[in-house]
Amino acid sequence: MSKQEQHWEKSKGLLMMTLAIWFVFSIGIFLFGAEMNEVTGPFGYPLTYWFTCQGSLGIFVILIFWFANRQEKIDEEFGFSERGDD
Amino acid sequence: MLKGNFIDNLPKVYGIYTGGFLAFIIIMSIGEQMGMSAKAIGICFVAFTVAIYAIIGYLSRTAQADAYYVAGRQVPTVFNGMATAADWMSGASFVAMAGGIYFKGYGYMALLVGWTGGYVLVASLLAPYLRKFGCYTVPDFIGTRYGGNLSRFMAVVVLTVASFTYVTAQINATGTIASVALDIPFQYAVYVGLISILLCSMLGGMRGVTWTQVAQYIVLIIAYLLPVFWISNKIGAGFFPHFMLADEVSRIAELEAQFGFVKNSAENLKEVPKGLAGITKAHSAVNASPWAFISLALAMMMGTASLPHVMMRYFTTPSVKAARKSVGWSLFFIFLLYSSAPMLATLSKLSLMDPTLPTGIIGKSIADVQAIDWYQNWNSANLMFISDFNGNGTLELNEFFMGGKAVVLATPEIAGLPYVISGLVAAGGMAAAMSTADGLILAIANAISHDVYYKIIDPKAETAKRLVVARVLLVVIGFAGATIAALEIQGILGSVIWAFDFAMSGLFFPLVLGVWWKRANKEGAVAGMALGLISGAAYLVWVRTGGSGFLGITQLTFGIFGSAVSLVAMVVVSLMTSAPNAATQRMVDEVRVPSGRSIIGKQ
Repeated sequence: MSKQEQHWEKSKGLLMMTLAIWFVFSIGIFLFGAEMNEVTGPFGYPLTYWFTCQGSLGIFVILIFWFANRQEKIDEEFGFSERGDD
Repeated sequence: MLKGNFIDNLPKVYGIYTGGFLAFIIIMSIGEQMGMSAKAIGICFVAFTVAIYAIIGYLSRTAQADAYYVAGRQVPTVFNGMATAADWMSGASFVAMAGGIYFKGYGYMALLVGWTGGYVLVASLLAPYLRKFGCYTVPDFIGTRYGGNLSRFMAVVVLTVASFTYVTAQINATGTIASVALDIPFQYAVYVGLISILLCSMLGGMRGVTWTQVAQYIVLIIAYLLPVFWISNKIGAGFFPHFMLADEVSRIAELEAQFGFVKNSAENLKEVPKGLAGITKAHSAVNASPWAFISLALAMMMGTASLPHVMMRYFTTPSVKAARKSVGWSLFFIFLLYSSAPMLATLSKLSLMDPTLPTGIIGKSIADVQAIDWYQNWNSANLMFISDFNGNGTLELNEFFMGGKAVVLATPEIAGLPYVISGLVAAGGMAAAMSTADGLILAIANAISHDVYYKIIDPKAETAKRLVVARVLLVVIGFAGATIAALEIQGILGSVIWAFDFAMSGLFFPLVLGVWWKRANKEGAVAGMALGLISGAAYLVWVRTGGSGFLGITQLTFGIFGSAVSLVAMVVVSLMTSAPNAATQRMVDEVRVPSGRSIIGKQ
């Protein structure tokens, strides 16, 4: 496998992981919205309500930064990162 | 005062700007103390902020194609994040979102999840790759990746349908705010709004829009957060509302149980002015089926990743790496406002519902409520209404009606904040609507001038001529949007959601598969765009004209049907026709690697 193919394999792996986490917090948990709302979540809000107000939203922010850092590492590993600016 | 180039001085420039704006708020509040009228304060806020945007627009004027189309590709990550957040958060997000949460509760919160979750798709599937591509517009990517004028033209069609649906709502919102703040009739106010919008974008194109959007973000976020924190502190709900409103949320649930949701008869509801609603849904309980919630969230997420005015913001970053980080910053700045909207809805609802608070009106006598100043003001503005349906002389929960906008616009006044806050909120709403309208009009005008005029009609046109065409189109599209906005066909939010569905129906899969599936070819992309858009639009018409729909897909989520058709059409047609040539396959390989020169720059 060429360097470029390996790089793409790793990038695809990262994409799958990112989309899996995205799926859980944008779709997965809302399959059980009614049940989860019985539980008390962070700061005392009902759990599903908290996810819709803050939880899922905040997790997406962190997820994107995490993804960006991981992808940068992969690019560096194969020598494909850009030089200089960011 | 400033040495070196503009980009290096950005933090200083916007720091001074923010300080100046805060000073302006303080001057206005001193003015209010000294007897300045509410109307004068409103006019000052809107006129002052719009004048600043116009100055920034003028200073950013340019005669270079690179600066006009992609701001010279030198916008730093964090500032691009702010600009994207302003680009993204429309008049609807600012004025109507808290109201939607207030009235519809959980079912509406799907929009919050959708409008943020979509950025994960933007960051991971598209933005960095399109940045590497080096295109000026989204149809530029489609046209170069798939080849041929037809695919480029189809992308322009989808872009125009989606963005134009969206832009009329934004011009409508600027008109509404201008008409209230400046006290002029709506049909003129729409054009005042339009001229303000064009002042930001006409001379500097993307460069002008970028630097005004950063300025607009600063105004809108201050205008949104300041009242939320102030009200929360004032009614003793906690100094940091986001972490401290659990008691208030459960108190609302308690009051809902106490008052009960009484259903009004159709006859009684006829009395209520159009557009106003009562509280009929629980605040924090789950009141929508999983599919209703998930389908709406999914449609908004895929729509987010297909809306060209957002995507083109990531063409302005200096590098691929910066494009990725910039998406994170965008969502962070959006998060600041979105996570505050439910808090505002909670505070607003509690202030009105709780009989133990001085502002509470439910359970009080009708005559008393009718005598309150703010009630009279908002009643005459057609945003509040009460009626004693059961004739007992007491205001019941089902006898109080409010417009969706009133949650943002009236809550500061209800909670007894000074008028200066209401002026600030008007300026914030104006900033939100203007920044989105600018991004959208520019997206349409750039696509038509670059992709249709330059790439298809006259590839030899000189830069000066191209930019003249781009600016003429900008004005024409703006006026067309304003003219339709003046007709007031759909409410602000209805048309915003449709825009997402149109965009995802036609563009989501052609964009994503363009990067992630090498085998996707021109015929497939054209079929995907055309059939996706047509089937989505047909479904919308069918449901609007009394069709029952299927699989629970409504007029708000018709993009799910459209994009499914688009995916199937694209895969089937691609596989039935020949694979893309070797040059195209190599191009896709290069897009997948951040280093090296951009694809379009090389040609």
